[in-house]
Amino acid sequence: MDALERINKQVTENPIIIYMKGTPDFPQCGFSSRTIQALNACGVEYAYVNIFEDEEVYRALPKFANWPTFPQVYVKGELLGGCDITLDLFQTGELQKMLKEAVGAKKAA
Amino acid sequence: MTRIERIRESLLRGFPDATLSLEDESHLHAGHAGASTGRGHFRLKIVSPAFKGLNPIARHRAVYAALGDMMQTDIHALSIDARDI
Repeated sequence: MDALERINKQVTENPIIIYMKGTPDFPQCGFSSRTIQALNACGVEYAYVNIFEDEEVYRALPKFANWPTFPQVYVKGELLGGCDITLDLFQTGELQKMLKEAVGAKKAA
Repeated sequence: MTRIERIRESLLRGFPDATLSLEDESHLHAGHAGASTGRGHFRLKIVSPAFKGLNPIARHRAVYAALGDMMQTDIHALSIDARDI
């Protein structure tokens, strides 16, 4: 499976997934770290990919999403945004609603 | 022309009627993995009527499009606050 197919499978199978530098327990970039804090504060389960551990995904993801930077958060297969957008949504309370709905939809399915 | 001047020029080419402020925050990240590539960290506030009707993803993509190759060659991270008023 090539990198684009792998990404497609990951974002389809996981209602919430973050592509980040490092891991949720040990983020290796301030932007990834702040984004993870917002996801954790929402109290929902999410998947993650450490892009440092998958060089092909690291290189393919900016093209996949037409989005040049990391982290990238996907909800129900769609790019939600990077650090700025995720934090903005968290501050307005929308992120909590969107993530809970995404997880709920998966459970109901 | 310095890097920050080139970034500003690219943005104004893409958004001729924008008002913007651009800060180089590279010094805050010196020594971390991204800094070793030599590309910088920047914080942008940009206001342009061109953003009207666009959602946040589309606004960010429009900014990235205006910067073109600089996202690969000069910019490691860009914090974006894009508004229409």
